[in-house]
Amino acid sequence: MFRLEARTSTSAWFNLALPLLAIGATLVLCSGLIALAGAGVIEAYGVMFSASLGDSYAITETLVRATPMIFTGLAVAVAFRAKFWNIGAEGQLLAGAVASCAVGAIPMPGPLAMLLMALAGAAAGAAVALIPATLRVKFKVDDVVSSLLLNSVIFYALMALIEGPWKDSFSGYPISPPIEDSANFPVLLEGTRLHLGVVAAFLAAPVIWFLIARTTLGFRIRVIGENPEAARYGGIHVERVLISTALLSGALAGLAGVSEVGGVHFQVMSDISPGYGYSGIVVAMLARLNPLGVMPAALFLAAVMTGAEAMSRATGVPAFLSDVIQGTALLAMLVALLFTAYRIRRVGAAR
Amino acid sequence: MPAPLIEMRGISKRFGAVVANEAVDLSVAPGEILGLLGENGAGKTTLMNVLFGAYAPDAGEILVQGRPVTINSSADALAAGIGMVHQHFHLAPRLSVLENLLIGIPGKSGRIDRAGGLARLAEIGRQHGLTLDPGLPVSALSIGEQQRLEIVKALFRGARLLILDEPTAVLAPTEVDGLFSALRSMAAQGLGIIFISHKLNEVRALTHRCVVLRHGRVTGRVDAPASTTSSEMAQLMCGHEIVPPARGPSTPGAAVLTLDGISTSRHSGMALRDVSLFVRAGEILGIAGVSGNGQRALAEVISGVLAPDVGRMTIAGKVVSRFSPCEVQALGLGRIPEDRMTTGLVTNLPLADSMVLPRIGTAAFSRNGLLRPDAIRAFAEAQIKAYDIRCPGPMTRAGALSGGNLQKALLARELAFDPKVLVVSQPTRGLDIGAARFVHEKFLDMRARGCGIVVIGEDLEELLMFCDRITVMYEGRIVGTLDSADATIARLGLMMTGAEGHS
Repeated sequence: MFRLEARTSTSAWFNLALPLLAIGATLVLCSGLIALAGAGVIEAYGVMFSASLGDSYAITETLVRATPMIFTGLAVAVAFRAKFWNIGAEGQLLAGAVASCAVGAIPMPGPLAMLLMALAGAAAGAAVALIPATLRVKFKVDDVVSSLLLNSVIFYALMALIEGPWKDSFSGYPISPPIEDSANFPVLLEGTRLHLGVVAAFLAAPVIWFLIARTTLGFRIRVIGENPEAARYGGIHVERVLISTALLSGALAGLAGVSEVGGVHFQVMSDISPGYGYSGIVVAMLARLNPLGVMPAALFLAAVMTGAEAMSRATGVPAFLSDVIQGTALLAMLVALLFTAYRIRRVGAAR
Repeated sequence: MPAPLIEMRGISKRFGAVVANEAVDLSVAPGEILGLLGENGAGKTTLMNVLFGAYAPDAGEILVQGRPVTINSSADALAAGIGMVHQHFHLAPRLSVLENLLIGIPGKSGRIDRAGGLARLAEIGRQHGLTLDPGLPVSALSIGEQQRLEIVKALFRGARLLILDEPTAVLAPTEVDGLFSALRSMAAQGLGIIFISHKLNEVRALTHRCVVLRHGRVTGRVDAPASTTSSEMAQLMCGHEIVPPARGPSTPGAAVLTLDGISTSRHSGMALRDVSLFVRAGEILGIAGVSGNGQRALAEVISGVLAPDVGRMTIAGKVVSRFSPCEVQALGLGRIPEDRMTTGLVTNLPLADSMVLPRIGTAAFSRNGLLRPDAIRAFAEAQIKAYDIRCPGPMTRAGALSGGNLQKALLARELAFDPKVLVVSQPTRGLDIGAARFVHEKFLDMRARGCGIVVIGEDLEELLMFCDRITVMYEGRIVGTLDSADATIARLGLMMTGAEGHS
């Protein structure tokens, strides 16, 4: 018979190995599905690897993919640190995309346009995140439910916009007018899609890490997340910090939308995000809510996404496997997290 | 001597490198009340958790009436006739007394056997004087009644051996007498009892025999507790002699904290009704009362967490206007909370974070919104050294510290900035003699330095030992205040039941 027993401490290497273990377990579990689809497991993973990390172009594509997930991963990590359960990064991303697209369509000098796009997108995302945070602070409404449901509201508002006022009158497609060419984020490497937003994402992660680890706001976020009562007695305005956290989280998710509009799509369409907001939750959990860990975690998911399409073409395994891998990775990580608090003991054998 | 009801032989239990129990032998005979003594971290709770099936021992065996048994869960323990009353009760507050008793008991052909339960409850009540109204919801019971229900629950499930973990910590003196007579009656009818307590006078009054643990090993056995002095027992527990701190005469100065006609309405516990009191510099005021008579609301008002509806409070001569923790702290209030883990420290973060929590926004620990990690670490390290807080370092998870060390960390945090007023709830609850002694010394030290201290406590002996005056609360009101020279346990005990005293 086995059972769980509380752990008193965990070693540093164990904490580091945990996400790797979860990823390993995920790949093993998903290899069963690949085999079921009639393909060779080694071959499928091989194609996946070479298509996402095999050459320099593949690597740039993976970096471009990882960018929105770094932003949403940071958004979720910051929120979850304060135990503000922001499941709404998807909606905040869409709001950020719409706002930056509206700003980017106004003719003005390129650098100013990019700056204003970023500000508008961040503000839009923050405004959306403010809704569930305010509902929670004022009326104790569950933030998981409200932030999640708000995603649909934002999505259909976006649909109404691109089916209505923003509809392309020429082609009739439900896509927004493009932003000004001058507002397109500069490409950093000729012949690739590696844009300025990628650099911004990789700079944002250490900045957010610094904010959490080294500022009083970060200290308060950590404390209200771990023990709001002690924080309140310690003179911290828990509600105020929670609202600040929500604004920061929403702004980061909004930036994911800005980066997709300014660097990849240059306009808004209904499938501008294949669920980057939800992937942000997986990213944040794999990173164990550490902003620096968000970068490798987002890269892993991005590699799975870019690799899955090539794998699908080469082996006939449906590209949906990428979603399965994401979901399995999240579950595996949640199970793995259990082992930071508990160990498995065999009972009965000791005597 | 009759065959032992239960016998633990050579029990050892390790957590990583920490030895919690090492070759512990212990037995309880039918009709025997065994005292289990030891400082915090001595291994008492681990040993009882092994007996109750929460941990598997690394070595050793457990015999029930001479037969070796394997206890892997509380269900196994109950089946072996072992019942345990934990410090924190495990009751469903919305369910009635009877329903709580019947949880987990298989009924007759799928139906709950209410009639059978009622009959058993009445029988247990008659046998041991443990009467309870079966229809009342648990939320309507006093703490003492809830404890009684826990005991009845164990007996209901056929316990032959009852483990009580610090049962008197939550009781008023009169309730303690009731508990003791029930325990004696149970022993007289052949049940075995293991009684865990820090209060040596209680152990001496109640138990037939004592086992003393230190560092996980049995370091002493007392065969006649009644004729052994408390200091002899304390010495067995700590390994050295304990002298109570001497309280010098006080020369109180001006009032540093005043409450004037404070009343509160909304409060989950008992609200305050027209409470007025004052504490002078260099004086320790004790607040006595049975738990749940407004002490928590009083502590919350003074801490600035709960704003009163009417009344006025001043700290160091300044009127408190907004009642926020920030404001009272800025006026010079320090606070040692009753519940260290929930309102004091952040268990999942490094100890250093908890130690700077109330003052993180001040220039000592941050500048322009940026933390000063070196200053935080240096402060924590200095306090760890000054207060001899046993931990690997300032980055240790606060939750990994023992109760005594947590209390030291809280003291260090609040005293480091020389508060003018200190409000303390249950300062030594759960602390062992050595740690409690340290806390008392610190209070007397602060008193000598002109700090006004309010101590909210239930242990009257403790309050009498180091308070200058003692105020008694009952149902949210102040019954009266006695100079500690005039106060006796009997007199305070009477006032705690609401009888008017003399102020």
